[in-house]
Amino acid sequence: MNRIVSKEHFSPHVVKLEVEAPLIARSRKAGHFVIVRVGEQGERIPLTIASADTSRGTITLVVQAVGRSSKKLCALDEGDAVTDVVGPLGQATHIERVGTVVCAGGGVGVAPLLPIVEAFHKAGNRVIVVLAARTKDLIILEDRMRACSDEVIIMTDDGSYGTKGLVTQGVESVIQRESVNLCVTIGPAVMMKFVAALTKKYEIPTVASLNTIMVDGTGMCGACRVTVGGRTKFVCVDGPEFDAHQVDFDEMMMRLRSYKEEEQK
Amino acid sequence: METIPTVAERRAESWREELRQGMKAKERTAIHRVEMNELDPDYRSHNNEEVNQGLTEEQALREAQRCLDCVTPTCMEGCPVSIQIPSFIKNIERGNFLEAARVLKETSALPAVCGRVCPQEKQCESRCVHVKMKKAPVAIGYLERFAADYERESGQIAVPECAPSKGIKIAVVGSGPAGLSFAGDMAKRGYDVTVFEALHEIGGVLKYGIPEFRLPNRIVEVEIDGLRKMGVQFITNCIVGKTISYDDLHADGFRGIFVASGAGLPNFMNIPGENLIGVMSSNEYLTRVNLMHAASTDADTPVFKGKHVAVIGGGNTAMDSVRTARRLGAARAMIVYRRSEEEMPARIEEVKHAKEEGVEFLTLHNPIEYLGDENGRVKHMRLQRMELGEPDASGRRRPVPVEGAVETIDVDEVIVSVGVSPNPLIPQAFAGLEISKRGTIIVGEADMRSSLADVYAGGDIVRGGATVILAMGDGRRAAAAMDEALQEHKS
Repeated sequence: MNRIVSKEHFSPHVVKLEVEAPLIARSRKAGHFVIVRVGEQGERIPLTIASADTSRGTITLVVQAVGRSSKKLCALDEGDAVTDVVGPLGQATHIERVGTVVCAGGGVGVAPLLPIVEAFHKAGNRVIVVLAARTKDLIILEDRMRACSDEVIIMTDDGSYGTKGLVTQGVESVIQRESVNLCVTIGPAVMMKFVAALTKKYEIPTVASLNTIMVDGTGMCGACRVTVGGRTKFVCVDGPEFDAHQVDFDEMMMRLRSYKEEEQK
Repeated sequence: METIPTVAERRAESWREELRQGMKAKERTAIHRVEMNELDPDYRSHNNEEVNQGLTEEQALREAQRCLDCVTPTCMEGCPVSIQIPSFIKNIERGNFLEAARVLKETSALPAVCGRVCPQEKQCESRCVHVKMKKAPVAIGYLERFAADYERESGQIAVPECAPSKGIKIAVVGSGPAGLSFAGDMAKRGYDVTVFEALHEIGGVLKYGIPEFRLPNRIVEVEIDGLRKMGVQFITNCIVGKTISYDDLHADGFRGIFVASGAGLPNFMNIPGENLIGVMSSNEYLTRVNLMHAASTDADTPVFKGKHVAVIGGGNTAMDSVRTARRLGAARAMIVYRRSEEEMPARIEEVKHAKEEGVEFLTLHNPIEYLGDENGRVKHMRLQRMELGEPDASGRRRPVPVEGAVETIDVDEVIVSVGVSPNPLIPQAFAGLEISKRGTIIVGEADMRSSLADVYAGGDIVRGGATVILAMGDGRRAAAAMDEALQEHKS
């Protein structure tokens, strides 16, 4: 069960794992995530499903080694099994034909953005992807994105590839040249916060996929709660996608630091 | 399934008559109710060992003598799964402990669990004839636990007899007490039962909720193993409604579905500061500690170990949380409850244990705000003093704020334990299922059948937050009703 059938390094700390999970591969949709656990003393961590292959019965996860659990997962090799994989969880992305969609991704957020880009494109939208990273080596999935979108704009902090600048500058350049009907953003909380602030200025509806601390992932505990439009929501069951203009990103970033000390041990 | 003798037939057996004649009722009623052996509070409040130590054989034999073996055992009416109470107790009295355990398993899939966590004072023991005589009831729960523990420790665990396979597949959604009870009864009737569980371990609240010091996981595991030996299959990490759909279950040939997905969603009070770091639900806290072993050093899951911990609420979950906080090193562990102790829904024994372990009770207090430090960590709570007013719809006196009486208390961890709501997963995923305004699945009271002909439901998904034993009773009733419906369908 949950055997890793292939492993690929995107960068020194980012790996792509293709994991056997036939039931999840069959039922998942864009926007869904899974909870995985590595080892009997492992913790449960959420990971968005980047893609799935129903004929092979596999799902693809893109993992960045940042803490104890993600490092454990990244250390697994082809043929190893992931102890537990459960899903698909959360609400699927609401896909419809709206016109022009800008999809802005940063860091490993680019991976969960891929199925959303694919789905919007398939639904007949003009899809423009803005990929952002600190430097050239950290840009992932560029070819896959190009294959399922109308345009890809690359932004790097140091200008080593694409245009020098932040993701928001890339998004703004699109907004200034053409009419945008929807923006979707996935990445670090601070990035989503600034994308939301930008699109709010232009009154463009924006969806953010939130990546909070989770335990069970089924609505049982509320560890993942966020304030959206002044009300408490559970990211795992009500989300992970919300109206970015309604999300209290400052509170979310604060809560993400809950176990900072423990994580560094 | 073998025919089970009636209460009267069992009572008429010659050994039972001999036992009754061997001791006068007066002598039996003169015996004092046994006291459970417990670990010392100072010792136990710093570790996870089970507090209640169980009865010795001598204690159990003596306590069993107190049972008068009534012609009409009203105690049985107080038991949601109708355990043959006098029958198992008299087997203890005659020293046949293994037979006592067998009798328990006729109707209960989890006797070692129920003997520990049932609120017997509100159920079987409240109906004991001794109570009518103004005496302490027979310690039915202690004796149930004794028989189940004896069997487990003897290494001679009997597997209940199961009818020959009918070749009919039945699905159970959720592996908590309702699902396990249903699964056991259906396996006995010869059905092929598969239990689907969303988490990575079997047992539901028995594993993630109730702590080790009250219900050790190894004991739950042995009872689940018993079900495995009866042929029940368990599939973990599988969420019905997400991983597999209602249609998938049909396509896989399942002819009946029992939904026992529980009331997992924690309620919050929606007061300012409730999303500060260090404020969490009981479900999160207990899941981290019990299911994820967060308190042990080799576990990857972290948990806060607050020094000044407030638990909001007065139910069993609140007691479990506050006692856990003490064990994780809280110098000050407080229960904050808006009514008085008299209205507390927690078991009397849990309240007593909590107090012995140094838990403070701030009754007639209600939090109105949490305040944090510059890092967003909870630092203080503001409590509104309450007084009791007129009775409300529940019949309990309503707590009303005492104007101007607000105090601020230092806390570094707050655990919110103000109830749970039904899990919406199945209601969302099963088209045509009738749901109440509260989000519970609507079922017939007697047959537990929902608006979908092949879907039955029980436990907290039907009741909202209730008890282990009521959930198990629902499982039994649903099994009987589903069996009958499937038989009729066949003929």
